[in-house]
Amino acid sequence: MMIYADVLVIGGGPAGLSSAITTAEKGAEVVLVERDDTLGGQLVKQTHMFFGSKNEFAGSRGINIAEDLRKKVNENDNIKVFLNSTAQGYYDDGIVGISHHERFKKIKAKKIIVATGASEKMLPFPNNDLPGVYGAGAVQTLMNVYGIVPGENVLMIGAGNIGLIVSYQLLQAGVNLVGIVEADSEIGGYLVHASKIRRAGVPIYTEHTIQEAKGKSNVEKAVICELNDNWEEIPGTEKELEVDTICLAVGLKPISDILIQADCEMAYAPQLGGDVAVRDENLQTTIEEIYVAGDSAGIEEATAAMLEGELAGLSALMDLGISKKISKKQRRKTKENLASLRRGPVGRKIREGLKITKEGNDAGKNRYTHIR
Amino acid sequence: MLEKTGIPTSDEIEEVSPSKKRLKSGPVAIAECFRQIPCDPCYHSCTAGAFAKFEDINNKPNIDHDKCTGCGVCISNCPGLAIFVVDYNYTEKKGLVKIPYEYLPLPKEGDEVVGLDRQGKEVCKATVEKVEDGENKDKTFVIWLLVPKDKVMDVRNMKVGE
Repeated sequence: MMIYADVLVIGGGPAGLSSAITTAEKGAEVVLVERDDTLGGQLVKQTHMFFGSKNEFAGSRGINIAEDLRKKVNENDNIKVFLNSTAQGYYDDGIVGISHHERFKKIKAKKIIVATGASEKMLPFPNNDLPGVYGAGAVQTLMNVYGIVPGENVLMIGAGNIGLIVSYQLLQAGVNLVGIVEADSEIGGYLVHASKIRRAGVPIYTEHTIQEAKGKSNVEKAVICELNDNWEEIPGTEKELEVDTICLAVGLKPISDILIQADCEMAYAPQLGGDVAVRDENLQTTIEEIYVAGDSAGIEEATAAMLEGELAGLSALMDLGISKKISKKQRRKTKENLASLRRGPVGRKIREGLKITKEGNDAGKNRYTHIR
Repeated sequence: MLEKTGIPTSDEIEEVSPSKKRLKSGPVAIAECFRQIPCDPCYHSCTAGAFAKFEDINNKPNIDHDKCTGCGVCISNCPGLAIFVVDYNYTEKKGLVKIPYEYLPLPKEGDEVVGLDRQGKEVCKATVEKVEDGENKDKTFVIWLLVPKDKVMDVRNMKVGE
């Protein structure tokens, strides 16, 4: 059976939900495909208040934003949702195959918005396969979705926003947070988050790394040490910490598989977390009918993901010839909001990365030639 | 320092603090938000017009302490939990610090707790004067702490005594 749609949105996180709502509200027939059994993506674990502009959910908690978006999707008859469904591949005739309840279904959409999100990066160190070593996302899922604390004494690795936010949530869950280890000389996340954790008495060890985990059948200790300016371990600075849990928050990388498989031109943009699709300012990739939004377009905050979802949706609408005039006006506004969000010092990396996504580079382009 | 440890320097605190005169003349908000981030709910929450308009969403909060009434509405509206209200002359003997609080168990009015500084170090005993309900404020509670007057610029967190 072939399912037809104006717009296929792959991924039901903040970006995908925004795309689906934006396009369906203007009358487009939308199919939304989500791998998980609920919509919301990472928003369903974000119990903290969001930053950003008051006009774009700032001050709201992620979990409430997820609820809001989910409601809008469910109330809109133009959106058909497929949960527990993974997009398997894009074919030359523009058909996307999905697995849905162990059945293969085919979707033929005029426009495709890829909002597949990101996956966590891993850190190599001895014994990192011991039970008790978690990704920050898993810790968040355990605590904030299922109400289970991961352990009693936790060491956090990484002082970016995710590391800081999950640290705060661990403290809220009553867990003893032993410290936060950060290899860089400065805290990467927002300093208001860092101060919040610091005034709860948790030390932040910048210019430190984890040397190894110790333990027989699970984590019993973590050894950390100082790093010099060249990021080399300084002998004699080792410190053993009694922990049963090591939480890794060492970055995310975009999930680009379907974009690569569809043969979109890719670019390597380390500022955005790795390989991302080359696209124009309207988020259209080098394959005309495919757009990209959210973390799969480059690692950023959820507010930016929602705005990108909107932008990709509006671009798809314009190219479909639906509500062209209004969409154009709205798109200008969305772009302005995105630009202002990225204008400050914390947006510098993003701005550098976005330059690469416009021009492309050989590093990304040549990486996947063997697939074709 | 702040970038390395999460602890602001005394110069940084000085920069966002009200004048000594203002500090002694009634409750006043202090935004301990020292670096630019894209965020503006504090400005939108203020009904006294004390926050300078955010021409750029990446601006830092800039409070006109003479306009600020110390009402504290901004405290629970700050996603960074970086705004505090201090009232040096709350009573003849004690000062008051209002802090945002998102931990359990919540203290009760009249409880003796421990006041913590920006590093989480114990600085003094504090008495819970009031617990502003956070249920209708998206779950950010505001705790009023009675502290020695000379500690109003130091106490920024609390822990329920063991």
